[in-house]
Amino acid sequence: MSGSLTSISNTTPENSDKIKPAMIHPLWLRLTHWVNALAVLILIGSGWRIYNASPLFGFSFPDDITLGGWLGGALDWHFAAMWILAANGLIYLLFNGVSRRFWHKFSPLSPRAVWSDIKAALRSRLSHAEASRYNSVQKAAYLFVVLDLVLLVLSGLVLWKSVQFSTLAFLLGGYETARYVHFCSMAFLLGFITIHLLMVLLVPRSLLTMIRGR
Amino acid sequence: MNKQIKTPESGVDADAIIKEAVSLVGRFNRRHFLKQFATLGGLSLLTGCSISDHDGVEKLLAQVSRFNDKAQAWLFDPNKLAPTYSKSQITRPFPFNAYYSEAEVPQVDAADFQLDVSGRVSNHKSWTLAELQALPQVEQITRHICVEGWSAIGRWHGVPFSEFLKRIGADTSAKYVAFHCVDDYFTSIDMATALHPQTQLTLGFDGQPLPARYGFPLKIRIPTKLGYKNPKHVQAIQITNIYPGGYWENQGYNWFGGS
Repeated sequence: MSGSLTSISNTTPENSDKIKPAMIHPLWLRLTHWVNALAVLILIGSGWRIYNASPLFGFSFPDDITLGGWLGGALDWHFAAMWILAANGLIYLLFNGVSRRFWHKFSPLSPRAVWSDIKAALRSRLSHAEASRYNSVQKAAYLFVVLDLVLLVLSGLVLWKSVQFSTLAFLLGGYETARYVHFCSMAFLLGFITIHLLMVLLVPRSLLTMIRGR
Repeated sequence: MNKQIKTPESGVDADAIIKEAVSLVGRFNRRHFLKQFATLGGLSLLTGCSISDHDGVEKLLAQVSRFNDKAQAWLFDPNKLAPTYSKSQITRPFPFNAYYSEAEVPQVDAADFQLDVSGRVSNHKSWTLAELQALPQVEQITRHICVEGWSAIGRWHGVPFSEFLKRIGADTSAKYVAFHCVDDYFTSIDMATALHPQTQLTLGFDGQPLPARYGFPLKIRIPTKLGYKNPKHVQAIQITNIYPGGYWENQGYNWFGGS
């Protein structure tokens, strides 16, 4: 087990049992992952309904796959789940910082390494032998989605309170631009989720790891 | 905004829904299930739709909405001004918006009109339109943001609302200011917002007396709040400590509705 995996859970006596595989995802990471997944699901489902009230582009989302039943309901869901996403996200960032997991998991990372790993993955030559270490594509993808969620939160703050967060609104190009930023970062998140779930289908063991930690 | 009333389905039997869902899920084979699971639409079908019909969840969401009222009141800075714009940035034509169509806009007779004032005020006298027009007026070019997401920049003229509150001797330690309108619309705001320097008792739009479609003879313009908190055709103002609610707020829109 590498030093990066210090966590609450690997101090328990059962970790001394050498038959068990090493802890890959500490408990706090698994909890924040699943809470985040739930919050994102609610936010996207209700967000689509809110989008439908005044579409930015020439399409609407089918009402059946949205959450909330009507605009007021969708807004209630959205402005409830935002607290879960934000609080959970802060806990995630805090634990990553304190445990230095961010540093251990995501560095070093270079564009060249990402490119060579993408080529290897497309030729099915990318190894998943060691689940405790991310390949460069994983590093890039997970860092990207963290930054994308930060952008979603910031643009969301502008849409929620453009007067109170007027400096942030200015930095994001104003209220109307922030609507496009919020939508596009949702679309990027959706792209990540699609690939993420496809990868889970290809490597089902990774789902077990995110549940059991090993 | 369009007239959106909650659908009657919100009262359906939760047990029946769960039974139906269980039988539907049972019919899925594993491959179908995975296919559904891999799409977000599938995910929200599995989780979202019947949950929102559940009474307990609705109550919880309403409680979070009350919490969000408090969060917004805490976030509200009484000295922070909404951005202002130049005349060239005004949205033309400025959109019409109400819970009814433009053909149903009330036509108010200026000669008969009077604004009633009640509640925690020292001067209960009603105001004619001419008396309101005689008060000192200011102008603002600000962004109107609708709860639906769209926004439009307009130019409004009128009396600073804090100045009007002074004239009626309002108890500014009271919690709420309630507005009742000719078209039976009603809403209410917090006192801090009522006293905000940009909150305006509006009598004109873009150099003209307020047109009927924008709320003749007067509306309340609040650039720190969403559109449904900017009532048109206002005919009565009440200062109160009893929560007055509102047309949309009573159906589920967040009460504070700040921006």
